[in-house]
Amino acid sequence: MPKRKDIKKILIIGSGPIIIGQACEFDYSGTQACKALREEGYEVVLVNSNPATIMTDPNVANRTYIEPITADVLEKIIQIERPDACLPTMGGQTGLNQAVEAYERGIFTKYGVEMIGVKYEAIKKAEDRSAFHNAMQKIGLDLPRSECARSVEDALEIAKTLGFPVIVRPSFTLGGSGSGICYNEDDLKRVARLGLEYSMVKEVLIEESVIGWKEFELEVMRDCKDNFVVICSIENFDPMGIHTGDSITVAPAQTLTDKEYQRMRDAARKIISEIGVETGGSNIQFAVHPETGRLVVIEMNPRVSRSSALASKATGFPIAKFAAKLAVGLTLDEIPNDITKYTPAGFEPSIDYCVVKIPRFAFEKFEGVNDTLGTQMKSVGETMALGRTFKEAFQKGMRGLEIKRMGFGCDGRDDVFGLKLESRETLVQFIEGAPRDEALRRKILERIKIPRADRIFYIKYAFYAGYSAKDIFDATKVDIWFLEQLRQIIDLEKELLLLGNKPDVDSESFRQILKQAKRYGFSDFQIGFCFGKKDLEIRKLRKSKNIESVYKLVDTCAAEFKAFTPYFYSTYEDEDETIPSAKRKVMILGGGPNRIGQGIEFDYCCVQAAIALRGLGYETIMVNSNPETVSTDYDTSDKLFFEPVTLEDILNIADREKPCGVIVQLGGQTPLNLCKGLEENGLKILGTSTASIDFAEDRQKFRDLLERIGVHQPKSEIVFTPEEAIVMAKKVGYPVLIRPSYVLGGRAMEIVYDEEQLRKYIVTAVEASDKNAVLIDKFLEDAIEIDVDLIGDGETYVVGGILEHIEEAGVHSGDAAMALPPFSLSKEKIDELVEKTKKIAAELKVVGLMNVQYAIQHGQIYCLEVNPRASRTVPFVSKAIGVPLAKLAAQVMVGKTLRTLGFSNEVIPPYFSIKESVFPFVKFPGVDIILSPEMKSTGEVMGIDEDFGLAYYKAQVAAYSEIPMSGKIFLSVMESDKAKMLPIAKKLIKQGYQLITTQGTGAYLAEHGIESERVKKISEGEPNITDRIRAKEVALVINTPTGKGPMQDEAKIRSLAVSFNVPCVTTINAARAVVQAIDSFREKGLSVKPLQAYLKSVGAKAKFSCMM
Amino acid sequence: MGMIKKAILALEDGLILEGVHFGFEGESYGEVVFNTSLSGYQEILTDPSYAGQIVTMTNPHIGNYGINQADAESRRPWVEGFVVRELSPVVSNWRSEEDLDQYLKRNKIIGIQEVDTRKLVKHLRDFGAKKGVISSVDLDSKSLVEKAKASPSIVGIDLVKKVTCAAFYDFNETLMPEFTWPDEVVKTDKKYSVVCVDCGIKLNILRKLVQHGFRVHVVPATTTAEEILKLKPDGVFYSNGPGDPEPVTYVWQGMQKLLGKVPVFGICLGHQMLGLALGGKTFKLKFGHRGGNHPVKDLKTGLFEITSQNHGFCVDAGSLPGNEARVSHLNLNDQTVEGLRHEKFPVFSVQYHPENSPGPHDSDYLFKRFYQMIDRGVW
Repeated sequence: MPKRKDIKKILIIGSGPIIIGQACEFDYSGTQACKALREEGYEVVLVNSNPATIMTDPNVANRTYIEPITADVLEKIIQIERPDACLPTMGGQTGLNQAVEAYERGIFTKYGVEMIGVKYEAIKKAEDRSAFHNAMQKIGLDLPRSECARSVEDALEIAKTLGFPVIVRPSFTLGGSGSGICYNEDDLKRVARLGLEYSMVKEVLIEESVIGWKEFELEVMRDCKDNFVVICSIENFDPMGIHTGDSITVAPAQTLTDKEYQRMRDAARKIISEIGVETGGSNIQFAVHPETGRLVVIEMNPRVSRSSALASKATGFPIAKFAAKLAVGLTLDEIPNDITKYTPAGFEPSIDYCVVKIPRFAFEKFEGVNDTLGTQMKSVGETMALGRTFKEAFQKGMRGLEIKRMGFGCDGRDDVFGLKLESRETLVQFIEGAPRDEALRRKILERIKIPRADRIFYIKYAFYAGYSAKDIFDATKVDIWFLEQLRQIIDLEKELLLLGNKPDVDSESFRQILKQAKRYGFSDFQIGFCFGKKDLEIRKLRKSKNIESVYKLVDTCAAEFKAFTPYFYSTYEDEDETIPSAKRKVMILGGGPNRIGQGIEFDYCCVQAAIALRGLGYETIMVNSNPETVSTDYDTSDKLFFEPVTLEDILNIADREKPCGVIVQLGGQTPLNLCKGLEENGLKILGTSTASIDFAEDRQKFRDLLERIGVHQPKSEIVFTPEEAIVMAKKVGYPVLIRPSYVLGGRAMEIVYDEEQLRKYIVTAVEASDKNAVLIDKFLEDAIEIDVDLIGDGETYVVGGILEHIEEAGVHSGDAAMALPPFSLSKEKIDELVEKTKKIAAELKVVGLMNVQYAIQHGQIYCLEVNPRASRTVPFVSKAIGVPLAKLAAQVMVGKTLRTLGFSNEVIPPYFSIKESVFPFVKFPGVDIILSPEMKSTGEVMGIDEDFGLAYYKAQVAAYSEIPMSGKIFLSVMESDKAKMLPIAKKLIKQGYQLITTQGTGAYLAEHGIESERVKKISEGEPNITDRIRAKEVALVINTPTGKGPMQDEAKIRSLAVSFNVPCVTTINAARAVVQAIDSFREKGLSVKPLQAYLKSVGAKAKFSCMM
Repeated sequence: MGMIKKAILALEDGLILEGVHFGFEGESYGEVVFNTSLSGYQEILTDPSYAGQIVTMTNPHIGNYGINQADAESRRPWVEGFVVRELSPVVSNWRSEEDLDQYLKRNKIIGIQEVDTRKLVKHLRDFGAKKGVISSVDLDSKSLVEKAKASPSIVGIDLVKKVTCAAFYDFNETLMPEFTWPDEVVKTDKKYSVVCVDCGIKLNILRKLVQHGFRVHVVPATTTAEEILKLKPDGVFYSNGPGDPEPVTYVWQGMQKLLGKVPVFGICLGHQMLGLALGGKTFKLKFGHRGGNHPVKDLKTGLFEITSQNHGFCVDAGSLPGNEARVSHLNLNDQTVEGLRHEKFPVFSVQYHPENSPGPHDSDYLFKRFYQMIDRGVW
C-alpha cells in the first residue's frame, strides 16, 4: 500500500528526561522515526524536554519544541503547528501516556489530529490491566490468574483466593513503578497502597505469582495489511520475578523447541491483532513453567520499547524506523531491508551469533537503598555484547559493563563476602578450600537465593564451592542451560589456573587452551591473571601464535544474503569479514553503558563527531557497547564495532582497521581512562594531548599550573590513606570536600564538617579512587558554582557557555540546576571567568572541548575542577547557543581551525535556558533525596524562555516536579537558612499559599510576624507531617537539610514526598527560583516556541555578541 | 580440555573446516547445505527431504533442548551429516527425552562442531551448494577433498526411492493438543479421502491433513496413477522429498495422468513434480532455500507469509507452457516461484512448507484451500 497522502505534518512525542526505565533507547527510536518520516516527505514536529538527545538537534525534525511533555503543552504546540497526525509510539511510556491524556481531554479531536501507529482504544486495551486480561481470555490465551483491586481491602480479599506470594501491578505506570512481590498481608498492604498511588487510573492488579518461571519476550511488527513478523526472540537469564530491564537477557531464545516457539509466535500474532496495534512494533512478554511448559502471557507494550532497541541492535533490523514507515501506511513488503538492500523488510531476521544484554546498576550511590531486584526496574543502564556463543558474548558483556570487571571474574576482583581474591594464588586457594567449607557453602547458597546486582558472581562462587548446576537452579531458577554455559567458563578457568605460573607457552596444547579461552570470551587480562602475567603480555603472546580476533557481520539473515551494512562484532574463528578501506579513518570511542554520571550526553557528542567527520570525508569507526544509543545505530558511522570499550578490544579493532587517530574526549570518562594505554600501543589520540589530559587529572601538577597562571583554588591536599586524610583535613580546615580522583559522577564525594564524619566517609573514598589519590579540598560554603564549557583548536579558544548553578556550591554539577546565561553575575565576573578559562585552555593547549568548574565566594573566583573533555553540558549548551560544539570539536581534532569553522566569538542568547536534573528517588523508597557532591541524577531537561522565572518553571514541569499554583507548602529549613528563608516565606504568603511548619521553623516565622500552621515532626508522635503528605494535603515541600542520611526524620519526609509525587525543594536558592517562577507563570502564563525560532534570534545576534 | 576427537569437513572445491567430532564416528558424503532456522533442529534432522545432504545450522547453539519422539518428522534422521558451531553440553527442556549427541550416535549420523559455520555458509552462498565429506576417521584433508570430488552428485539422482514407504498405510494421528493450531475446532467428519504420494513425507503434513478433515491414505511414490485412481480418492497429495525432481519420472509422469481427473495438491518436491507435470522445467538453485524466515507473497491476496522452506531445486517460471498454469506465490527475497495453480484443473502446489515443523504457522490456509477445492470446487 502506498504511503498516505492525506497526512502532511506529523507530531512526534519524545520520552523526556532519562529516568530508570526510559533511557536513550527513545532517542534512538525517535531519531529514527524523524529521519524515516522526513525521508518519506512528511513534515515532522517534535516535542521533547531532553536537550541531550540527538532528536532535539535543530536539523532532525522540521520544528523542535524543547518543552515539557504535558497535555497542556501538546495542545499549545498543536494550536501553532496544526499537525495532521500524532505518532505517540516512539516516546516510551511518557509519549504514550501524554497522548492518551491529550486524547481524553479532546485535544486531538478538537484540532483534527489523528493518532497513527496505535489508536487510543488499543493503548487502553494493552495498558489497562483488566481490559488486557479480558482480551487475552477472549482469544483463548492463558494468563497468570488475577483480579483488579481499587482499594487495599480489595487487594487483601483477592490475595486470599490466589494464595501468597502475589504480585501487585499498577495499571498505567512506567518501568514497573509501584509494583512488587508480596509474601504476606503486611507486604501487600504497603505495596498495594503505593501501587494505587502510582497508577494513573488508581487501579492495581493482584496476580498469581509466576516467580521463577522462564521468561521470554518477542519483538513483533505488524502492518496495516495484517502482515506480521517476529523480529527477535529474547530469553531471560534471570527468571520471572525480576524486571526484564534488570535481567540479563539473551537473544535468540535458547531453550524452546520449535513447537514451543511457534506456539508463542502464534500467541503474539493473536495478541497484536486483538489489541489492535495497527501498525508498528510491539513487545510481548511470556512466562513458561520450567517443568510443565505452561505458557502464560505477561504483558504487551503497544509501542517501541527498550527491548525493541535491543532487538534492533541484536538483529540489525531497525524496528523504529520501519515502525514509523508502517504508521504512514507503507507495508513491510514495500520497505527494503537496509542491510541486504535487495530483500524486503517483511521477513524474520535470523541470527548466527548470541546476544547478551547485562543491566548496570548504581546502588552504590544511594545510601540505604534496597538493592534486591524485583518487579520494579532499578538498573540505570545496560551493555550488550555479541559473540558466536553465549559464553563469549556473556564474558564480553561482563567486561563491557565497566564495573572494573574484566569478564566473568578471574580478574583479581572477585570478592566473596569481603574475602578478596586478588591474586592467582588466593583464587586457587579459595577454589581448593571452598568445597570443604560447609559454613561458607551454605552462606553462598543463601546469598544466591536473593537476586541482587552481584548475584551472577555469587553463582560463580557457588560453582567454586562445589554446588551442581541443579543445586544452583533450585536456589535461583536460572535455567540449567545458562548455568551449564557458566560452568564451562569456570571449568576452563580452572584449567588455565592449573597450568600454573609458568605454562609451557611453546606447546601446542598451550596454544589450544589459549585459543579456547579466547573463544570462551576470556579477556587477555583474565588469562594473564591465571598465569601471573599482564594483559599486554598475553596479547603479544597470542598474537605470536596467530590467535587474533576476527570480525563478523551483523546482517539480519545469518549470512544467507550478501549484506551491505558494516556492523561488526569480534570473535575468535577462521574468517574475518572486515574489508579495511584505504580511506583516512578516525575511530570514535563511545561511553559504554549508561550510568549515573555518564549517559546520553556523551553519546550525543560521539554521534555529532561521527556526523562531522563523515562530512569531512573521513571514514568513521564507532566503538561502543550500549544498545540504547544512537551511536550504535549502524548508519551513524561508516563502520560500527559493537564491542566493549576496553583497551584490549580497541587495540584488536585498531590492528585490523589501522585508524589514523582515535577520539577519546567525547565518550566520557571511559575512553579518557584508556588514552594512555592506547597511545603506548601506538595509537594517535586526536585533540588535546594525553600529556595535557594527564596534567589535568594529576592534581599536583595541575595545582602548580593554576598557581602559575594566577587562578585560585580552594586549599587542597592529596592523600592516599584514611590516616593521611585526617591529618590533612585538619590542615586544610573543615568543612572539607573529599574527592577521589579518576572517578566520574562524583563517586564517593562528600562534604564533611568534622573528623567524625571524615572517618565515616574516607574509607569509601579511598576504595572508590582505586589506589589513586583522594583529594581533600577546603569546601567553600555559600558559594555560587559555575560551569564553563570551552572549545579550542590549540590557538583559538571560545567559551561555549557559562552556566550558573541555581543551587549553591556543594551540589554535584550533574545534579544542579543551571542557567545559561548566568542570572546573577556581573559583566566583570563573567569576563573574568572567560579570561581564566581561556588561560587554562591555552596552558593545556586544548584541542577540542574542556569543562571548568568554578566557585565564587565573596567575589573571589576559585577553580574547582578542570576536565579536558566533553562535559555533560555540551548538548545543553549547544542547543542553548545554537552552535554544535561536539561537531566543531571533532573537526578541530582533525586539524580544522575555529576561525575557518566560523566560531570564534562567544554567543550570549537573549533568552534563558535552564537545565534541571531528574532523579531516580521514586524507584528507591526510603533513600534520602538531598543533593550532594555525589551525583545521583539520571537525566536532565531544558526549559527555555525569555523570562528566567518561566524558563525555570518549564524546567520544573519537564522534570516532573510541577510547581503548584495554590495549596499548602510545608516549610522546614536548617538553622543557618532561616534568615534567608524569611523573604521567601513572606513572598509565598503574598502569593496566596498557606504554610505548614514544624516547631523550629514555625516559631522563627512567628517571631517575624508570619503565620503558619504547625504540625508534629515524626519524632513528636502522630498525627504528624507524614500523615498530611499521605493525605495529599501538602502541595510542595521546602526542606533544607540539617543532616543527611536515610535515618533522619526529615529524610523520611523528603522520601515520602517523592513517593507521593509532591515536589520537594531542598535548597534555599531553588526555593528562591520557585518563588520567581510562580510570579512569572501567573503574570505571563506558559507559551511554547520551537528551538528553530530561538536559534534564529541568536543567529542574528551572534555576529556582534562577543564577550572578549 | 578433556578428550577431544577431531573431525574434518571437506568440500569438493577444497574448502577444509576442522572441528570437533560428535555423534557417530565414521565418514559420510553428501551435498553440504545450510539452514537458517533458529529452532527446530530435530525436525530438520528427521525431514526425509534432507536425505543425501550434510546440513549446517547457522544458529550456533544446537542441542539445547534435546530430542523428543513427538517432534520427529519421520521415523529416523535422514541427514548424512550435521555441522554446528557448538553442541550444547546439557539439555534443558521439559519435553526432552534424549540428548542430541546420543541420538546421532544411535542413528549413526556423524556430527562436527566448533566449526566456523558462518564462513562455511558464506562460502556456500557465494559458490553454491557443494559436495562434501565429513569424517572423524580420515583426518587427511587432501584425501577428503578427493573423496568429496568423487562422491555422487545430487543432480540427476533419484533419492525418492530411498525414503518412500514400502507399502500402503492409513494415517490417523492428530497434532499434539497443546501444539494444535489454529485452535479452531478440528474437523471430525472426515468426509473426504486423500491419497498421499509419499516421496519422503513429513509426519506433520499427514497430521495437518487429518486435522483439516481428511481420511489419509499413504502410498509409496512408485504407485501408478491407475493404482491411485483405483482407490477412488477425493484428492491426491504429492509430498515433499529429497533431491532432484526430474529423474523421478514415475512420480511426475504419473501425476500428469491425474490432472483434471482428481484434485491435486503438492508441497515442495510435490510442487516441483507439478511443475514438471505441467510441462515446465526445474533448475537447481545456487544454494537453495532452507530456513523458517522466507517471505512469500500470495498473489491472490497480496499478503505475504513467513514460510518454512527446504528446497534446492525450483520451478522455472518461464518454462511453464500455455495459458493455464499460473504462478500463485512468489518468494519476496529472490522472486522465484513458490506456488503454482492451474486455471482449469483443480490443482495447486506450493514450494514451501505450510505444515511448517519447523517454522511459522502462517500458511495453514493452504490446507483449507485444498479442502475447499475438493468440497466446493474453488482453489
